[in-house]
Amino acid sequence: MSREAYINAIVVAVLLAVPLWAWVADAPFIITLATRIAILALAGVGLNIALGLGGMVSLGHAVFFGIGGYAMGILASHAQDYSPLMEWPFLIEGTKSMPVIWLAALLMSGLAALLIGFLSLRTSGVYFIMITLAFGQMFFYFTVSWPAYGGEDGLPIYVRNSFPGLNTLDPIQFFLICFAVLGLALGFSAALARSPFGLALNATRQQATRVEAVGIAPFRIRLVGFVISGMITGLAGALFADLNRFVSPTMFSWQTSGEIMVFVILGGVARLFGPVVGAAIFITLEHLLGGVSDYWHIYLGALLLLVVLFARGGVIGLLSSWRKASV
Amino acid sequence: MSAILLIEQILNGLQFGVMLFLTAAGLTLVFGVMGLINLAHGSLYMVGAFAAAAVAAATGSFFLALVASLAAAAAAGAIVEVVVIRRLYNRDHLDQVLATFALILIFSEGTRWIFGSFPLFLNIPEALSGPVTLPGGIQYSLYRLVLIGIGLAVALGLFLLINKTRLGIQIRAGENDREMIAALGIDISRLYTIVFALGAALAGFAGALVGAIQSVQVGMGEPVLILAFVVIVIGGIGSIKGALVGSILVGLTDTLGGVLLPSFFKLFMDNAAATATGTALATMAIYILMALILVVKPTGLYGAST
Repeated sequence: MSREAYINAIVVAVLLAVPLWAWVADAPFIITLATRIAILALAGVGLNIALGLGGMVSLGHAVFFGIGGYAMGILASHAQDYSPLMEWPFLIEGTKSMPVIWLAALLMSGLAALLIGFLSLRTSGVYFIMITLAFGQMFFYFTVSWPAYGGEDGLPIYVRNSFPGLNTLDPIQFFLICFAVLGLALGFSAALARSPFGLALNATRQQATRVEAVGIAPFRIRLVGFVISGMITGLAGALFADLNRFVSPTMFSWQTSGEIMVFVILGGVARLFGPVVGAAIFITLEHLLGGVSDYWHIYLGALLLLVVLFARGGVIGLLSSWRKASV
Repeated sequence: MSAILLIEQILNGLQFGVMLFLTAAGLTLVFGVMGLINLAHGSLYMVGAFAAAAVAAATGSFFLALVASLAAAAAAGAIVEVVVIRRLYNRDHLDQVLATFALILIFSEGTRWIFGSFPLFLNIPEALSGPVTLPGGIQYSLYRLVLIGIGLAVALGLFLLINKTRLGIQIRAGENDREMIAALGIDISRLYTIVFALGAALAGFAGALVGAIQSVQVGMGEPVLILAFVVIVIGGIGSIKGALVGSILVGLTDTLGGVLLPSFFKLFMDNAAATATGTALATMAIYILMALILVVKPTGLYGAST
C-alpha cells in the first residue's frame, strides 16, 4: 500500500470512530460536527471531479449545492403543509422521503449543470472561473428575490425527512446515512477516474488538442464530467439542508463556492480523499478557532495562503511526500 | 412610466456603470498585463471606502477622504503585490484564485477586527448634496451627476495614460511580451507593482465615492467584484475599452431591468405576481445578458479572438 493509501485508511477510520465514540459517550454535538464533515466532504468530492480530474476551475459549485438544498426544502415544505407542488399538467406532491428527495436533487442539479456547463464550457481559463462565479451569483439573487419559498429569510423544515428502516432524528443514524453516501460517492469517483471516460476527462485536462486528434470531442467529455460533478454536489446540498432542517440563499452564495473549493485544495487537488481531509480540517478549525477568536477567518486565510504558496498538493500531498523530502 | 422617471433611471444606470468601470478597469489591467485573476480586488475597494470613512470622520473633509482612499488602496495594493501576488504570476489560475480568496478572508476579518461589524457612514459633502435641475426640468441628485463626470474623466485619463505616456507604452508592451520588455531593460517587477497599485487605487477610489451613497461595511467589495467579472467577461479580458462598454451595459441593464421588467409583466399579469416575477427576473438580467454575449462571442465584445 502506498503512503497515501495508509493516510486515506486512517482518515476513514477516524471519521467513523470519532462519532461512534461520541455516540457511546453521549456527545451529540460531536456527531453533528462529523456529519457536517461527511456532507461537506461529499460536496468536495463532487467538485473534485470537475476540478481535479477535468481541470475545470468552477467557482460556482454553490449553485448545485443550493439547488440540492432547495430540492429538499421545496419538496419537504409542500409535504409539511399538505399542498401539492404542481397540479398541472400532472400532479406532483411534496415528499418527506429522503431517497425521493435525493433523486430530485440529483436530477435538478444535473439539469442546472448541463445548462451552466453548456454555456460556460464554451470558454476556458479565467473566463470559465468568472462565468461560473457569475452564474452562482445569479442563482443567489434569484432565491433572495423570489418570495414563494421564504426569499431572503430562507425556509425552515420542522422535522427531518425519513429514510426507510432508519430513524433519521437519531444523530448517529443520520451520520451513518451521510457516511454511507460519502463512501459510495468516493467509490464511484475512484471507479470513474479509472474508467475510459475518466481517462478521457483527465486527458482533456492535460492535452485537449491530442484528445481531439484521437477523435474524442473535449467539449462533450467536459460537459458530462461537469454534470456528474454538479450532481454529486447537489446531493450533498440535499443532505446539508436536512442536517440543518433549513435552507436559505446562503447556500448559493459565492462564499459557499469558495469554501467547497477550499476543502478540495486544503486536502489536495485530484486526490481521492482530498476533500475529506480538507473538510475535516476546515470544520475542526472552525470549531476550535471559532471558540478562541471571533476573527478565526484571518487564521484560516493565512493557513490557506501558506498551503497555496508552499504546500502544493495540499495536506495529503505534504504528508505522503514528507519522508521523501526529508531523506 | 413617465419620460422623466426613465431619464432619471438611465442616469442612475450610467452612474452605476461608470463606478463599476473604475473597479473593472483595474481588474482587467492586472489580468491583461500580469495574467493574474485577482479575487481580492473587491477587498481593495473596501479598503478605500473604510479609509475614506475614517479620514472623513477625523477631519470632516471629503476631499481629504478621497485622497486617503486613493493612498490607502494603492498602498494596500502595493504591499499585497510585493508580499503575495508576485509569487503567483507563474502559477496556474487555481492557485491564484485560492491565494486571493485567502486574501479576501484576511482583509475582511482584519477590517472587521479594526472597525467592528457595524457599517460606517460617509456623508456627501455639503456643496454636492441636494438636487440639481437638468434641462427639461428634471430634478437629479448633484452628487450622482458628479460621479458620472468623475467616472468619465477617469476613463479618459486612463485612455491617455495607456495610449500617450511612457508608462502606457510599457503596460501595453507588458501585455504583449513580458520577456521582451524585460530584455529591453525595463524593471518588470516594478512595472507590475505600479500597475497593481494603480488598479487598487482606482478600486479604492470607487469604493469611497460609492460609499458616500451606500453604507461602508465589510463585504461591500465582493458583489462589486463579481459584477466587475461580468463586465470583463462581456467586454473582453484585458481591454479597457471593453471594460467601459461592458460597465455601462451592465449598469443600464441592471437599473432599467429593475424598473421596466415589473411594469412589463403588469401588462399581462396581476400586480403582485408581476412585481415578484419582474423583480426576480431583473436580478438575473445582467447574467442573461452575459450568457447571450457568450453565445455570440465567447471572448467578449472587445476580447482577442484567440
